[in-house]
Amino acid sequence: MSDVIHHKNIRLPEGSIEKTTTTLNLGPTHPATHGVFQNILELDGERILSSESTVGYIHRAFEKLAERRPLYQITTLTDRLNYCSSPINNMGWHLTCEKLLGVKTPKRVDYLRVIVMELARISDHLICNSIVGVDTGAFTGFLYVMQYRELIYEIYEEICGSRLTTNMGRIGGFERDFTPKAFEKLEKFMAEYPKVLKEFEKLFSRNRIFMERLIGAGPISAERALNYGFTGPNLRAAGVDYDVRVHTPYSSYEDFEFDVPVGTTGDCYDRFLVRNQEMWQSLRIIEQAYQKVQSFKGTEHDVYHADAPEYYLPPKGDVYTKMEALIWHFKIVMGEVDIPKGELYLPVEGGNGELGFYLISDGGRTPYRLHFRRPCFIYYQAFEEITKGAMLSDAIIVLSSLNLIAGEMDA
Amino acid sequence: MLNNDYIKQRLTEKFGDQVTNFEEPFEMLTFEAPKEINLKVLQFLFDDEGLQFRFLTDLQAVHYPDNTGRELAVVYHLHNLQANIRIRFKVYTNIATPDVFSATALYAAANWMERETYDFFGVNFVGHPNLKRILNVDEMDYFPMRKEFPLEDQTRIDKDDDMFGRGKSY
Repeated sequence: MSDVIHHKNIRLPEGSIEKTTTTLNLGPTHPATHGVFQNILELDGERILSSESTVGYIHRAFEKLAERRPLYQITTLTDRLNYCSSPINNMGWHLTCEKLLGVKTPKRVDYLRVIVMELARISDHLICNSIVGVDTGAFTGFLYVMQYRELIYEIYEEICGSRLTTNMGRIGGFERDFTPKAFEKLEKFMAEYPKVLKEFEKLFSRNRIFMERLIGAGPISAERALNYGFTGPNLRAAGVDYDVRVHTPYSSYEDFEFDVPVGTTGDCYDRFLVRNQEMWQSLRIIEQAYQKVQSFKGTEHDVYHADAPEYYLPPKGDVYTKMEALIWHFKIVMGEVDIPKGELYLPVEGGNGELGFYLISDGGRTPYRLHFRRPCFIYYQAFEEITKGAMLSDAIIVLSSLNLIAGEMDA
Repeated sequence: MLNNDYIKQRLTEKFGDQVTNFEEPFEMLTFEAPKEINLKVLQFLFDDEGLQFRFLTDLQAVHYPDNTGRELAVVYHLHNLQANIRIRFKVYTNIATPDVFSATALYAAANWMERETYDFFGVNFVGHPNLKRILNVDEMDYFPMRKEFPLEDQTRIDKDDDMFGRGKSY
């Protein structure tokens, strides 16, 4: 079954500049793919006649690995799905576990989670939109906003100690409370970021050259987008107001006031605008969440995890002095806690769309089966259809405006 | 008003006792049908005025090696975006002839999901336009997500199933 594919070039009609079509390999290590995947394009001059995508270059068998890992060790696998917004994946996974285990998180934990998830969304959209700029030849915006992604990463660092693959939070809450420094940095971000985003929009949104490049490039109708399983900003750009945060609220998203921006044509420009608008909405949510977190009084002010002794590690001090705590510490770390039987699907709104966790437990210590619904993998199928007949340079910006993340595609 | 009871009632009206095993784990309606009529059920869920499950959220398989004759389950997650209701639909197939009709004509999204399922479980989707491996190398001659391929090195004795709650003595 492993026949080598021989691409036969198609003969072009008399009078064409070229005699036959050209086959072009875009990827696997082409700079425009921003990740490792390949597109084999069949070109008539600069026009794309057909394309075929090959993915799987960084497949790491996460679903198989998860079948032999206790729940808390799977968090590190989720980091590496969409690595531009790892905290969303982490929180999604914790929420899935909590739902299965019946752990109820305190409101403060929910709001802290909302803060990091929205920060992650901003950093995800920020990189996507500035990369669209880079791929159209405008490098300035990218360099300018990267400073503020750095600020987001510094906040992550304060919260969990790492920057990209965060492994943030635990089942039931966070491993430690946000430090005063983390809140300080968050305040700084909230104060400075709106100006930067405004400046970024000024550079791009009504820039004639940028608009000419993006408008009409890689459009998709709402109907086709739904049929292709689009979710997230790419679906909303096509005019469907589906957002998991609104449809099936998790982590107390129902307590927040925000809008769901939608586009009309589903082209690269709409995707760009929708992502920009979503960053403003994320800021709104962060501000509200910050206010809510600050408003907790008394003992509620310091709560950062749920009371779930079977899954949440006891304080280290207790482990050294108390028998009970030592036992639980050992059991949790060694993964010797049986998880209840059950089957559930839990979606969260990831950076790229509906990130779903389908978990089947047979009562063992590890999942019997875990499947990640990776939005990227599902909507990348449409690449062939939406670039057919387009120019080669359009295909490049379609790739970047779809925000394809190889890690998420290949699992 | 679309709810689990109504969906169940409509399905039973249409397919009688062919749709079975209705469950509601974590409020999601889950049911099963013979693999021969999987497309009929999907089409009915798609077309019916009152149901309109037109969004294929996810499609994957599960391997139950001890379930003789029904070793592989293909699981569809469907979503009615307007009423915001999700359902889970399963078909079981034996592992010797794992032929299941492809849903690609109904959902374009099913194309790669089915390729992935074929790649990892060897479910043969009949009618799929391009059923070949997607994430693994083309030369691979086994289906790695099946349970007969354990993750750990079998010659190691320090990591047996007992440690994971599935051992013989467990």
